[in-house]
Amino acid sequence: MFNTLQDRLSATFKGLRGKGRLSDSDIDAAARELRVALLEADVALPVVREFVAAVRERAKSPEVQQSVNPAQRVLDIVNEELIAILGGEARRIRLAKTPPTVIMLAGLQGAGKTTLAGKLARWLRGQGHQPLLVACDLQRPNAVNQLQIVAERAGSAFFGPEPGNGVGDPVDVARRAVAYAREKQHDVVVVDTAGRLGIDAELMQQAADIRDAVKPDETLFVVDAMIGQDAVVTAQAFLDGVGFDGVVLTKLDGDARGGAALSVAKVTGRQVMFASNGEKLDDFDVFHPDRMASRILDLGDLQTLLEGAAKV
Amino acid sequence: TSLGRGLLALLSRDTLDEETWEEVEDTLLTADVGVGPTQELVERLRTRVRVLGTRTAEDMRLMLREELVELIGPGMDRSLKTARHPDGRPAVVLVVGVNGTGKTTTVGKLARVLVSEERDVVLGAADTFRAAAADQLTTWGERVGVPTVRGAEGADPASVAFDALKQGTELEADVVLVDTAGRLQNKVGLMDELGKVKRVLERQGPVDEVLLVLDATTGQNGLIQARVFSEAVAVSGIVLTKLDGTAKGGIVVAVQRELGVPVKLVGLGEGPDDLAPFEPEAFVDALLA
Ligand SMILES: Nc1nc2c(ncn2[C@@H]2O[C@H](COP(=O)(O)OP(=O)(O)OP(=O)(O)O)[C@@H](O)[C@H]2O)c(=O)[nH]1
Ligand SMILES: Nc1nc2c(ncn2[C@@H]2O[C@H](COP(=O)(O)OP(=O)(O)OP(=O)(O)O)[C@@H](O)[C@H]2O)c(=O)[nH]1
Ligand SMILES: [Mg+2]
Ligand SMILES: [Mg+2]
Repeated sequence: MFNTLQDRLSATFKGLRGKGRLSDSDIDAAARELRVALLEADVALPVVREFVAAVRERAKSPEVQQSVNPAQRVLDIVNEELIAILGGEARRIRLAKTPPTVIMLAGLQGAGKTTLAGKLARWLRGQGHQPLLVACDLQRPNAVNQLQIVAERAGSAFFGPEPGNGVGDPVDVARRAVAYAREKQHDVVVVDTAGRLGIDAELMQQAADIRDAVKPDETLFVVDAMIGQDAVVTAQAFLDGVGFDGVVLTKLDGDARGGAALSVAKVTGRQVMFASNGEKLDDFDVFHPDRMASRILDLGDLQTLLEGAAKV
Repeated sequence: TSLGRGLLALLSRDTLDEETWEEVEDTLLTADVGVGPTQELVERLRTRVRVLGTRTAEDMRLMLREELVELIGPGMDRSLKTARHPDGRPAVVLVVGVNGTGKTTTVGKLARVLVSEERDVVLGAADTFRAAAADQLTTWGERVGVPTVRGAEGADPASVAFDALKQGTELEADVVLVDTAGRLQNKVGLMDELGKVKRVLERQGPVDEVLLVLDATTGQNGLIQARVFSEAVAVSGIVLTKLDGTAKGGIVVAVQRELGVPVKLVGLGEGPDDLAPFEPEAFVDALLA
């Protein structure tokens, strides 16, 4: 399979490990491999550049040069810098002072928003909340039915007064949903929206209108872990178009490295809050930056390799 | 950074310096062409530039375009096999891919194209897993005026596919389009299930097309998708969807280069008419724009 990343990095670092002191050309060589590794993990080019520059800078510092094992120090730095961008401890959902708390989901087509709505409902219920799932995708064929089924499976209430498939006004549904939640004492409202492209000005405006109608406490940008270089362009477009407070990375049960996490977090300054890792409602977790860091760079395996090399 | 600036603009300067080369590389990388293919392309280009003594960026751009088009294989057969068999059996098109790429939508759009060519089409809803997947396909069927064969929720997808082909044959349809559930290529059980869907269809004769739907936003994982799906069900063509967005879909360069499977169609939106044949030159121009 795709072992180039691991092979290259480990070869470089193995080379470094034999030396007590790192020359500038050692560091440059490692930086080049790091660049390739990040690009192959789908980290966006501008982010790669900045990241590699930061690591290179730190690697040349006396702190590293005087450490017992400089190569190991460089690896640690890479890991530290990754985790720093990915955001340390995962942030919790902010609950509204006066319920209902409104969570709005937004993202590209097929990212996993509707599935996530069900997962959030299940998770919120587990924490003693009474969520309401709201069908504001009135565009994609049978998006309303899909959310309704997902709500049933999650044991959650559902609000879908319009049939969808092109019929109904999502802004109006969103507005009515909050009133309905208040009346029926649902303390969290999760608004599912249609998938849209960053460059679709009309649909982006619609998302902004939904936002203005419900004033979300949290707007979550839902992004597929398989996304490539487009991640930054699209994340920026959603940030400008509707704004968001946190990120959810989906389809992490696949074998994509998920460089998008780094790209989006770095470019938007918004933390990844949750990880979606399967099609079932329980396949959901808070986001762990350290795990993501090792996933992006395959550091788990690399660590093992280095340990192996040290024994020889 | 060069992000968002067109290569044409980048190359408006009239000498080839290192910066120009770097910008060429950046353009390819930000289109998801991938490090390997990008470096190879740039290397080859550098050699050609040296040999030919090329001096202007514009000439180099033309060469790059040429190289890319060549990589994508301009002479490949990109037609879809959708003709009814002499024994009266309908042509069978199986649509596969990872979750959310646009399979169901592509089946709907493809049905629309075939209907406009006055062909009789039957849809098979072999995604019995995802919530409302069969409803979604049925809605598409109604939209374009073709029947949809579906099974109960959680039914065996292979048996639904089989029923669709059976009904298609009985209805004397020209083409049966089978939609399948999204599955990640690293899920062995789900890939086996897909293999079974295909084998069951093959009991009646060979499947005419296996279309892998790839999302243009997909990064380097797209190559692994293509590889694993090809091993499982022998993909005959790729549909590159969501090209109406900002993503360039450069991963198909590596896919075609490595697997030789041609991109046959592109998805350009969510509407019934947003499907078009893949054109290598237009694709490359958009990639470099
Ligand atoms: N394997 C896997 N599949 C997922 C995950 N999240 C969602 N999916 C699948 O991805 C596909 C798309 O999910 P949806 O929830 O419909 O995505 P969406 O963003 O609502 O899509 P649109 O409404 O069409 O924009 C479905 O097949 C889901 O089952 C995940 O974490 N892992
Ligand atoms: N902009 C754009 N959206 C598309 C295109 N093709 C599909 N979509 C949208 O992408 C989302 C997912 O499409 P589906 O057809 O449901 O994808 P799928 O592969 O069948 O998904 P699963 O069955 O859940 O794996 C929907 O919102 C579609 O409307 C396209 O070419 N352009
Ligand atoms: Mg949805
Ligand atoms: Mg589908």
